[in-house]
Amino acid sequence: MNERNGEHFRGWEYLLFATAAVLTLLLSVCVGSVQIPFATTVSVIWNGIWGLPQPAGTAPAILLTSRLPRVLAVMLTGASLSLCGGAMQGLLKNPLADGSTLGVSSGASLGAVVAIAFGITIPNILFAGTVVMAMVFAFCSLLIILGLAYRLDFSLSTNTIILIGVIFSMFASSVMSILIAFSGEKLRSITFWTMGSLQGTSYTNVLVLLIALVLFGGVICLHARELNAFAVGEEKARHVGVNVRRVKLVILIAVSGLIGVCVSIGGTIGFVGLVTPHMVRLLVGPNHKRLLPASLFGGSIFLMLSDLIARTLLNPLELPIGVVTSIIGAIAFVYIYGSARKGR
Amino acid sequence: MLKVENLSVSYGELTILQGVSFDLQPGEWLMIVGPNGAGKSTLINAITGGVPARGRVIFEGKDARTMKAHELARGIGVLAQSHYVGYSFSVEEVVRLGRYAYAPTIFSRHGGEEQAVHAALEQTGLYELRHQNVLTLSGGELQRTFLAQTFAQDPKLLLLDEPTNHLDLVYQKQVFELIQNWLKQEGRAVISVVHDLSLARVYGTRALLLDRGKVVADGTMEQVFSDEILDRVYRMDVRAWMNRMLAQWKEA
Repeated sequence: MNERNGEHFRGWEYLLFATAAVLTLLLSVCVGSVQIPFATTVSVIWNGIWGLPQPAGTAPAILLTSRLPRVLAVMLTGASLSLCGGAMQGLLKNPLADGSTLGVSSGASLGAVVAIAFGITIPNILFAGTVVMAMVFAFCSLLIILGLAYRLDFSLSTNTIILIGVIFSMFASSVMSILIAFSGEKLRSITFWTMGSLQGTSYTNVLVLLIALVLFGGVICLHARELNAFAVGEEKARHVGVNVRRVKLVILIAVSGLIGVCVSIGGTIGFVGLVTPHMVRLLVGPNHKRLLPASLFGGSIFLMLSDLIARTLLNPLELPIGVVTSIIGAIAFVYIYGSARKGR
Repeated sequence: MLKVENLSVSYGELTILQGVSFDLQPGEWLMIVGPNGAGKSTLINAITGGVPARGRVIFEGKDARTMKAHELARGIGVLAQSHYVGYSFSVEEVVRLGRYAYAPTIFSRHGGEEQAVHAALEQTGLYELRHQNVLTLSGGELQRTFLAQTFAQDPKLLLLDEPTNHLDLVYQKQVFELIQNWLKQEGRAVISVVHDLSLARVYGTRALLLDRGKVVADGTMEQVFSDEILDRVYRMDVRAWMNRMLAQWKEA
């Protein structure tokens, strides 16, 4: 199985995608309400990494304490959402699936709304109450959803998963609507959060996202062959020797864990997980050995560019990133889906 | 090679299979025949653990229910009657999935994958089409792709569920001849569900006739395909019907 057979993502492809991601990152860090020259940006980041003395002026402060953690968080969130989308589309053999299909992201959103509505905070750490509550709710949602799925359908069939995900999301949305109706002056904060934003993210958030991506994303990437089998058909996957129930459970937990962390930190950012894997599939094909790594890069680039637009389009006003991804994503999705159907 | 003991499948009150038992020896091509709703496809599913069933399935001395998925897949390959592939995989990628059982974790290594995949592609005449998108294949080519996947899996027992149901005559002949050649190697056996009694007669070495979930007859083709048994199960004069079909060709 480990022989080279051209199915894997090649070294030069990694280099190409990584270069594109790094260039997008540098562009995102340079551009903002205060423009910082490319050379200064590179030298500030370089000096920051190696602890060298920084040049005079406001650039180091803006770059290292504000823009860089935000852009890094955006990059990791985009990579995570896209990876989860690619995995779910393969696992459920459904092009309309993404990381939120299971409903855990709605649970996380509910946790965040509860935190904002009831003013739950952690002293001295901005947004920490929201993040922690969202993570707790995401975890509880996962337990409820999987518990319910097992009880209703021990084989964890695709239809049961989708149905329970939809029902749970509707339930969480209803509770959120009730909370929003009684939230009074906190309505604006809740609405802004639910549309997704990575404004004010810290290096701690970046670290949490990185750990989640390495851990859960690693588990997902290790199941590329199983996802190929699921994408061909669940019955077929069983026939070629995949332990379908175990693999399904592992992937659902990994996707939910990663989505839970992303939603906790960045709110609900729609369409990245749905659209990016489709875009990437056009470039590298449907084989998950190539699709998953390419989705990581593709998602990070897509979300960094969306964040850049969100920050700069109506400067000094900032749009929620979820609004930008939804607008771009909706148009792109219609186009991609249309051309893919024509191409069949 | 395979021993099925008292296999029963029920969905609530509805009984699909009732106490089905039979043995299979290497070299045999067992044709499972019977009218619609007899439980033929369910029997195939129950053997591979695809539906919850009572009774026992013993494959090469081991209880199939306790075997790991990849162990079972190394022994038993399954070809369904139709396929819907979700994404634009190439023919070769689909065939390669057949080798999954030989390295079920990324840490397990098993040589010979390339040779097995290429041999399966050659055997099924798909080598030239190996880079083609499976979504653009004809029904016959797609069925051959999945047959190649099953060959790459290198099982000892092949289970076929109406393998040529949607195929025209050319592809029917191709698929059955490919399977007949595959069976020539020692230690292999085939079980297939077929509607077409003529196909069953031509290629089968033995038949199992099911009706309403029960075994009505099990034996050589001559024993099972007797007028009395077939007329009773199909509730019509089967020979008269077959002769009428054949007569059309003779007259032409």
